[in-house]
Amino acid sequence: MTDPLRPSDHADSLPAGSGDDVTQPRLGVIGWLRWGWRQLTSMRTALVLLLLLAIAAVPGSLVPQRTADPNGVTQYFTDNPDLAPVLDKLSLFDVYSSPWFSAIYLLLFVSLIGCVLPRTKHHWKALRSQPPRTPARLSRLDGHRTRTIEVEQDADAVAAAAIDSAAAQLRKSGYRVARYDARGSFSVSAERGYLRETGNLLFHGALVGVLIAVGVGGGFTYTGQRVLVEGQAFSNSLLDYSSFNPGRFVGGDTLTPYSMTLDKFDVTYVPPGQPGSGQAGDFVAHVTTQTPGGEAQDGEVRVNHPLDVQGDRVYLLGNGYAPTVTIRDAQGNEVFHDSVAFLPQDANMTSLGVIKVADGLPQQLGLLGFFYPTMDVLPSGALTSTYGALEYPTLTLRVYEGDLGIDDGTPRSVYTLDPSGMTQIAGGDSGTPAIQLMPGQTEDLPNGLGTITFENEAPAGATGYEQSVKRFASLSIHRDLAGPWVLGFALLALFGLLAALFVPRRRMWVKATPREGVVEIEYAGLARGEDPTLAAAVVQLADKHGATLPAQSHPDTGKVD
Amino acid sequence: MPGTDPLLLDEISLLLVWTAVAIYVLAFIAYAIDLARRSDLALKAKDEVVARELVTAGGGGVISSGTASAASPSSAKPRYLWARMGTVLTALGFVFHLVATVLRGVAAGRVPWSNMYEFAMTGLLLIIAVYLVVLTRYDLRFLGSLMTGLAVLLLGGATLAFHVEVVPLADPLKSVWLVVHVFVASLATALFALAFGLSVVQLIQARRERKLADAPADAATKRSFLRTVPNADALESLAYRFAIVGFIFWTFTLIAGSIWANDAWGRFWGFDTKEVWTFVIWVLYAGYIHARATRGWRGTRSAWLSIIGFTAVLFNFTIVNVFFKGLHAYSGLTT
Ligand code: HEM
Repeated sequence: MTDPLRPSDHADSLPAGSGDDVTQPRLGVIGWLRWGWRQLTSMRTALVLLLLLAIAAVPGSLVPQRTADPNGVTQYFTDNPDLAPVLDKLSLFDVYSSPWFSAIYLLLFVSLIGCVLPRTKHHWKALRSQPPRTPARLSRLDGHRTRTIEVEQDADAVAAAAIDSAAAQLRKSGYRVARYDARGSFSVSAERGYLRETGNLLFHGALVGVLIAVGVGGGFTYTGQRVLVEGQAFSNSLLDYSSFNPGRFVGGDTLTPYSMTLDKFDVTYVPPGQPGSGQAGDFVAHVTTQTPGGEAQDGEVRVNHPLDVQGDRVYLLGNGYAPTVTIRDAQGNEVFHDSVAFLPQDANMTSLGVIKVADGLPQQLGLLGFFYPTMDVLPSGALTSTYGALEYPTLTLRVYEGDLGIDDGTPRSVYTLDPSGMTQIAGGDSGTPAIQLMPGQTEDLPNGLGTITFENEAPAGATGYEQSVKRFASLSIHRDLAGPWVLGFALLALFGLLAALFVPRRRMWVKATPREGVVEIEYAGLARGEDPTLAAAVVQLADKHGATLPAQSHPDTGKVD
Repeated sequence: MPGTDPLLLDEISLLLVWTAVAIYVLAFIAYAIDLARRSDLALKAKDEVVARELVTAGGGGVISSGTASAASPSSAKPRYLWARMGTVLTALGFVFHLVATVLRGVAAGRVPWSNMYEFAMTGLLLIIAVYLVVLTRYDLRFLGSLMTGLAVLLLGGATLAFHVEVVPLADPLKSVWLVVHVFVASLATALFALAFGLSVVQLIQARRERKLADAPADAATKRSFLRTVPNADALESLAYRFAIVGFIFWTFTLIAGSIWANDAWGRFWGFDTKEVWTFVIWVLYAGYIHARATRGWRGTRSAWLSIIGFTAVLFNFTIVNVFFKGLHAYSGLTT
């Protein structure tokens, strides 16, 4: 018996005797467990779990997810203050790690393993067993054909020879063959398509592989983010990341030491008047990397083309302008000098940034700045940027004086300013207009606090504003050990699937029965599972074999029933 | 580049698209007339058979209605003139459609599947192409009105709603994976579309067969194109064959998409809305394949899964692209 082992409710297996149900009341604990296990590993359960999985995955696309869109979740809480906590209780913001989603796929995979293991064992045996005995009446099977050879003497010898050649022919086309010669008839039984079941098992097994690779590999994966302004460097250590998400099994000492400098960031804009004008593209971060004791190496980070450094992959996440600002106190002493990354707010790079001066002035100073690479004034009087490149760069700043709230150890984002506990001394309702600067310009701070300069970073002798403001790149550094494994298993699954769906599994028989003066040869096939080309295959076998037979043979009509 | 002004090329392309849509409308009409007339033809053919049997049987023969209805329609093969016209028109529309798509690609200087309008254009081109190719092997012209109807609705709708002028690609789209991933996804969609059509007809046919079994006399005289269509079992196994090829392509789409996501976003899977739906569709079709192998699910129930699967594909392409927020924001529409 070499049929693949299928769950008992597989469409091709015989309906199970009703005995199972009848004996139910007398089942012991073991019996119940066995019954439950059989239910769990049945085709119907697999199907229901698959459909449940499909349905359960949907809400994650309707409600923002913490992993994919954390800001969306925050926004959702703001917009739906009543509903959001309820949804949160149901894990709807973390669908794919929720207990109910996990339960579905874990059950599915338990079912899968429970289904695949016995089948693998069975298939292993089948691979080394003989094709089954030739059925007594081939005429009942698909595409049954007959052919008669007229013989003068030894009909047995002719029959045996015909079967020999049929067996050879079948073996040549990939069948495993066995001879069954008995009681006045000679026959060959052939089977092919074991690869179909192998493919099926490989596919299902590889799915388990994908799940394990994702689960375990994820523990060895880390990602870290870092913003670099042109000219800045960072070293690959925990301290130098602005955020770092390690997998469960990643320690800080596992980071490979190297350093990376952002030399230059390039971007091009579609000029005005062309289709898609103002659209930015061809982002390139030119970097230099250096390992301890190694040579400095130039590299590029582009969208779609991460840079490989020592097994890490460096991705370009975002970019923007980092205006360089110098602040001096009333005596002219420098109290602040830095290039501050401003976060882009729209396609034309209107950018928002915060400058915090903690020391050196009578009180702490907070400046909330807008940067417009190509500033224009709207009819309403508000400022806006009309183009992403540096055509008419302008920086405006509102100034707050007071307590920045950073001394008590509360973590504060460098990109936001909490003005509570501060007094606005320029811009807004303060009575003093906001400070407005172009590169190279200096203004007085209000109340005689000192001066502020928007530095022009262009090299000496440059004309225009093109290089007047530095850019920053926000980089994401990943180490992903799971990826290659996941890909490997996914490809295995794909190949398994190809075999499982397209390799026909079939049996063929050729039987020769010597009678008076003739040898009758029969051909028949039997499909095991989906096999649309079986009938054609039998015809082909019969024709090809017929051609090798003595000339006085003639085909009978192919009886197809 | 003299004479290759992208704007002009796109305008010509647009004109050709509308021509194609118009021709598809005609093809749809021809196919619809064909379906309406098939029942007549089939009845007439049957009458002829009955008449012949009466003649050959002479006076003494008893004609049971069972014999008549069992006579396969092919015994007096009617020629479907309108269907043939529908196919010719579909092929003609396809040529215009193809040239329009190629021109759009030339105008843009890249593959013509990078925003909603172009996805629709290429996706439907493939649907029609697969349909026409399959016609050379199987007579599926009874699906003609469904296929051309789909093309008219979606291509016309996409052109009205989603047409955008050619603009340079956004950086994340500049990748070989755009070429591979999106093309294979469209191919899978085309195969799912065909499987969907067959499953729909299968359901209707199965209903008719049930009625026929319940009240042979009533149903046998009812006119219906279904008489000329293969039986539900045959439709089902054909649908299955297209669906599994589509499923292979979809699996590849999923893998290729993950590789691309890993290059573009630094993770191969992140349950982005589009990823979620691609996964849901994959699982649905895996369910369909399982259903075909599960006792009690083969037949009508599995056909419903094929229909739900394709509905999800359409949903993924339209609603998810336009209204759902996610990283795959490439509809090309400004919001
Ligand atoms: C992650 C969940 C699963 C997925 C995505 C999945 C997917 C598939 C696919 C695509 C096929 C068609 C390929 C082939 O015929 O070999 C298939 C077939 C099959 N699966 Fe699964 N499967 C899953 C779980 C299971 C489970 C839990 C069982 C056991 C109950 C199972 C049993 C089978 C069987 C017996 C076939 C062969 C069907 C036939 O004879 O045509 N599968 N599965």
